Amino acid sequence: MPNRPVDALVVDGLTVRFGSHAALADLTLSARSAALTAVLGPNGAGKTTLIRSCTGLLKPAEGHMTVLGGAPGTAGVRSRIGLMPQNTAAWSGIRARELLDYLAGLYSQPLNVERLITRLGISGYATTTYRRLSGGQQQVVNLAAALVGRPDLVFLDEPTAGLDPHARRATWQLLRELRAAGVTIVLTTHAMDEAEALADEIYILDRGRIAVSGTVRDLTRGGQNLESVYLANTHAQAGT
Amino acid sequence: MTALDFSPAPGAAPPVRRVLRHGRLEARLLVRNGEQLLLALVIPLVILVTVRVAGGRLGDFAELAPSVLAVAVWSSGFTSVAISTGFERRYGVLERLVATPLGPSGLIAGKSLAVLMILAGQLVILAGVAAVLGWRPAFTAASGPTAVLLVIMATATFVCLGLLLASRLRAEATLGLANLIYLLLLAGGALIVPLDRYPAAVQPVLEVLPTAALGEGLRAAAGGITLGWPLLVLVFWLAAAGLAAWKGFRWTS
Repeated sequence: MPNRPVDALVVDGLTVRFGSHAALADLTLSARSAALTAVLGPNGAGKTTLIRSCTGLLKPAEGHMTVLGGAPGTAGVRSRIGLMPQNTAAWSGIRARELLDYLAGLYSQPLNVERLITRLGISGYATTTYRRLSGGQQQVVNLAAALVGRPDLVFLDEPTAGLDPHARRATWQLLRELRAAGVTIVLTTHAMDEAEALADEIYILDRGRIAVSGTVRDLTRGGQNLESVYLANTHAQAGT
Repeated sequence: MTALDFSPAPGAAPPVRRVLRHGRLEARLLVRNGEQLLLALVIPLVILVTVRVAGGRLGDFAELAPSVLAVAVWSSGFTSVAISTGFERRYGVLERLVATPLGPSGLIAGKSLAVLMILAGQLVILAGVAAVLGWRPAFTAASGPTAVLLVIMATATFVCLGLLLASRLRAEATLGLANLIYLLLLAGGALIVPLDRYPAAVQPVLEVLPTAALGEGLRAAAGGITLGWPLLVLVFWLAAAGLAAWKGFRWTS
């Protein structure tokens, strides 16, 4: 296995522009190896743009970043990361097991698909096509798809959005297991309780910039809860 | 709850295996899709049988059979690719796959493989049905390989144009526009109807279309004649479409 740097993700002065609009502006953050880093922020703050930059999908206008010590999007890095995008991220006509089997085949030492299906409770709908799955079931398959390649680092874009409370708690437990197994996790979320329960480090993103960062204890040191810190450091989405 | 070892063990499968897996999967998904199957086989078969049954009133069957093969290339290379890629982009499939060991180049190679597999199946079935209905092509040592080259170049051109369309518009708009362009060039792009049947004033315009180059080139090749200009037209289109797709393709919506 390649050596793992202390920080699995290093983002330094990153600026990403869409036309004249800077979706990320001089953003700097890092994600420690085998830890869970949560990125919070309102809609449009730049969370998904950050993840797309980390996977090499977007090219920054300025700044520098390394993912597991390499450049985002390069072959060596792609084989070591897992991605759970925010939307469905699967063909509408594919079956859950078929998607996981296909993705497993892209890796040299994937997880056993049947055991992954059992572990994540997918068995009941493993042969159902994606378009017939509920939103929550799609999220679970989406998460399994991010893990099947046994990655060093996973990017999870709002992994519990649309899940019922049972499924949310089951996902939290899974994320704890992943971290204990040595997987680095970078997740975005709107859920304060999720960040509070899971995160080793939190970055609150607002209008493409880091508004405030630290551990839960650091951020709530003044006696405020995390939601109050979040509200005090972010702007509402335009139009709301 | 089953214990599962999540400890990292990353690594990529060999490149050929990745591309083969992707090609096979996409081909399977395309075959399962009823609308795609309609475009790929049902419409060309209906045209073949209708003209045969009409017994010459709707055109010469010896000309029509290679024209129908050209339609198959057009539908699989352009329309199917545009529509499927538009929805892959909208659903985030492309976003997921470019972050896997498959990567952008593997994805394009896998897509191309899927199109080639579908196209090979289409051409065998359609040519077989045409032969059963009485088509006796007169390919020569020169025109046969030229026909193969035309099909390859036209497929690559249409795939590039389909990818470009899919990456610039919303999926629903791609669906509508790809079908509209399909029908317009099917009827008016010298795919089915030979170029010399169009009014003289529009022939020079139609002559530079990739659909006309494919249609005319295949009809001539099946008659034992090797034409050079369709190859030149397709070289131009392939270079332009390839460059535009390379520069303009967007992976996310």
